Amino acid sequence: MSNSIRKVSSFGTLHVAEARIRNMAKWAFIILFAAVINPTLYLVSIGIGVGSLIDANNGVEGVSYLTFLAPALLASAAIQGSSDEVIFPTMAGFKWERTFFGMRSTPLTARQISLGIFLAAMVRTIVSVVIYWIVLYLFGALESDTAWLAMPAALFAGAAMAAVMLALAAKIEKEDFFFTIVGRFIMIPMFLFSGTFYPLSQMPVFLQFFGWISPLWHATELGRYLTYDYPLPGIQIFIHIAVLATMMLVGLFLSARVFDNRLEK
Amino acid sequence: MTTEAVQLSERRLGKFGDKYFAGRPQQVLLRNWISFKSSAWIAVVSGFLEPVLYLLSFGYGIGELVGSIATPGGEISYAAYIAPGLLATSAMNGAMLDSTWNVFFKLNESRLYNAMLATSLGPLDVALGEIAWALMRGGIYATAFTVIVAALGLVTTWWALLAIPAAIIVAFGFASFGMAITSYMKSHHQMNFFYIFLLPMFLFSGAFYPLTVFPGWGQAIIKALPLRQGIELVTRAMSGEFGIHILVNISYFMVMICVGLFFTTKRLNALFMK
Amino acid sequence: MSEPLIHARGLTKTYGDFVAVDGIDFDVAKGESFGFLGPNGAGKSSTMRIIGATSVRTSGTLTILGKDPEVNGPQIRAHLGVVPQQDNLDVELTVSENIFIYGRYFGLSSSFINKKIPELLEFAQLEEKKDVKVQALSGGMKRRLTIARSLVSEPDILMLDEPTTGLDPQARHILWDRLFRLKEQGVTLLITTHYMDEAEQLCDRLIVMDKGKIMAENSPAQLIKDYSTKEVLEVRFGSDRNQEMVEVLRPLAERIEVLPDRILLYAEDGEQLLESIAAKGIHPNTSLVRRSSLEDVFLRLTGRTLVE
Ligand SMILES: Nc1ncnc2c1ncn2[C@@H]1O[C@H](COP(=O)(O)OP(=O)(O)OP(=O)(O)O)[C@@H](O)[C@H]1O
Ligand SMILES: [Mg+2]
Repeated sequence: MSNSIRKVSSFGTLHVAEARIRNMAKWAFIILFAAVINPTLYLVSIGIGVGSLIDANNGVEGVSYLTFLAPALLASAAIQGSSDEVIFPTMAGFKWERTFFGMRSTPLTARQISLGIFLAAMVRTIVSVVIYWIVLYLFGALESDTAWLAMPAALFAGAAMAAVMLALAAKIEKEDFFFTIVGRFIMIPMFLFSGTFYPLSQMPVFLQFFGWISPLWHATELGRYLTYDYPLPGIQIFIHIAVLATMMLVGLFLSARVFDNRLEK
Repeated sequence: MTTEAVQLSERRLGKFGDKYFAGRPQQVLLRNWISFKSSAWIAVVSGFLEPVLYLLSFGYGIGELVGSIATPGGEISYAAYIAPGLLATSAMNGAMLDSTWNVFFKLNESRLYNAMLATSLGPLDVALGEIAWALMRGGIYATAFTVIVAALGLVTTWWALLAIPAAIIVAFGFASFGMAITSYMKSHHQMNFFYIFLLPMFLFSGAFYPLTVFPGWGQAIIKALPLRQGIELVTRAMSGEFGIHILVNISYFMVMICVGLFFTTKRLNALFMK
Repeated sequence: MSEPLIHARGLTKTYGDFVAVDGIDFDVAKGESFGFLGPNGAGKSSTMRIIGATSVRTSGTLTILGKDPEVNGPQIRAHLGVVPQQDNLDVELTVSENIFIYGRYFGLSSSFINKKIPELLEFAQLEEKKDVKVQALSGGMKRRLTIARSLVSEPDILMLDEPTTGLDPQARHILWDRLFRLKEQGVTLLITTHYMDEAEQLCDRLIVMDKGKIMAENSPAQLIKDYSTKEVLEVRFGSDRNQEMVEVLRPLAERIEVLPDRILLYAEDGEQLLESIAAKGIHPNTSLVRRSSLEDVFLRLTGRTLVE
């Protein structure tokens, strides 16, 4: 490929992302409002409410429950936000408004469309994660100097999940119950069984398996390592990063293929 | 010409609410049943799963960190402590979903209600039929949840069966209220306001921890909220230790149901006849 | 004549500040076939919904079978078969389930409806699709099902809001034929349409509406007689020359209408007019003589064409 074509092709992705971001900007207020209010509510309610019960008992891992919970909530918010931000536009693009078919009749390629949607979702996720992190910081939930690195870790989890959901949302042609199914069988179980609220090791082994395939657990482990002195051997750090990276790359690869198939039809 | 349809409708003349009501809400139920039979029922049936997952995750996971909880009836496990709150919360969520989004959708998107109201059904038939369907569904979910709670050994008395009607009362309160509020909604953006209200109510109504973590004034506000009342009602029913206080909870919901139905009926024309 | 079946005086509907139906008067007699003709936004569907007792009027009086739809909605609707402009079939159900449940809404017994279903499926030519979900039907099939469904209660007033939009020509003619037979059986028909031929074929009497008001009311033939000449000559000179030819042509015809792409010249005898134009040495690029239609009536009344 010549250099100039390469340039055009990468700009294509940016154009798609730009269109998405302009669209999101209309909802900027709601997005920002939710980004601030959600963590605040969860921290006060679960962190302090449930936390007071736990801290009064034996605590967890020698830190306050708030500190324990913070990186998990951060990663969870990143995953939720990025997933929403790929699922809805993808459904709209293929089905409700069929905008992707319009885009496809311009020089844009299917792969650029899928990447553009993904990129836009990441921009939104960065905003949410930064705000969330600031709220956590203000609540005094972040203890270590490396705590700011929890942001990229959470973002990474958001990217891994978004890539997979992008492929899935593009693959589904009948959306009737897609949202119910995704919520009930993917999002909520992941939120509840990824070592979010207590160490994964507390669950029976057969349930721990769920954590291993959950991007939330991998990001939470990294986040805990970065926000307080949670011991994590180097090899495990490597594994967590590798799993998230694999999910993201496989997800993006599959998305490009599915987009290609559906748009070429 | 007097067809069967005409005779039937004439027969109701002069009877209760003949202006709004044809006495046939069961046909709306029948419609939902036919649709349910052939739908992706996995999505409907699995509706009771959410509180069960919370129960398993929080009850056992967080339970291990929390230990047991002191209640007026003695020490109980954390799982047993949160079970009624989860039941009340899921009754609320289900009822709100059915009476707000689903009503709004069938009204404005699929125009199902337009079709129903082009027949000799009245708006009250539609409203009652939809609420009844929501309550039946809620009742089945509540039963499934209660059976699971019992199977996990978290209840100690047969009175716990009362948790099912208690959950239905909670659902009824929220459904009639939700429908009344929906009748004032103009666009689906406004519908989001429900959720701005529901999430904090869920998080602060003490489904997961005793209200005593909050200062006195905070507790007073929370106790006035319907979800808190619902949690208390289900908790008392499930434990079999009602005391006189359960009457307060029940009255709260009776008022909520009546006020909700009053406004829904009053606004039926605005709701269904644009 | 006995009391009219539908009787409206000063019927008005506003949405916020916007007046959609502006104080209209009309009567429909039993067994009559009554049409509403008008461009988009004229207020036809709004009027139909008010008559169908599914929309509340803002002011004016309206009685249907001597009853007020605001007081006796369910009783009035028991007489009606309604085909709304936009299909509102139950997309989660199959074709025959749609007919079945619709009959149940009227309170009809299952045995009655089940006898009726094959007949209506035949009417809609959907026998092969009876167990298919409505979602999977084509647009025209949905339309036919909506019409068939409206007949399940054997209504004595059938209200059709643009019944043939989306139907292919064959299905349209079949529908006209069926509606004719219903009319023969004494069913009163209320029809809105944009199609002249449909209005002329089906309606005994019609009102022409524009911007919520009634512009004229009569039988199609009489409307044409009153508001137009017998024939019309359509001429085209190409878009640049149309305008300059208008002044030359004006004295020659009884009336003249200028459309963006053509000029309409009204006369009792179109051929003769064409000859007299040619005699003056004027030669249009194309010319066409036809009979006047409701379209011309509409143009005369509103200065606009019906189908833009
Ligand atoms: N629910 C509503 N809310 C607000 N305005 C409405 C509503 N329904 C109709 N209108 C307005 O009332 C006017 C008349 O609408 P109506 O649907 O009666 O027209 P119509 O004659 O049936 O037109 P068409 O030929 O396009 O079907 C339109 O300007 C429309 O925008
Ligand atoms: Mg219309």
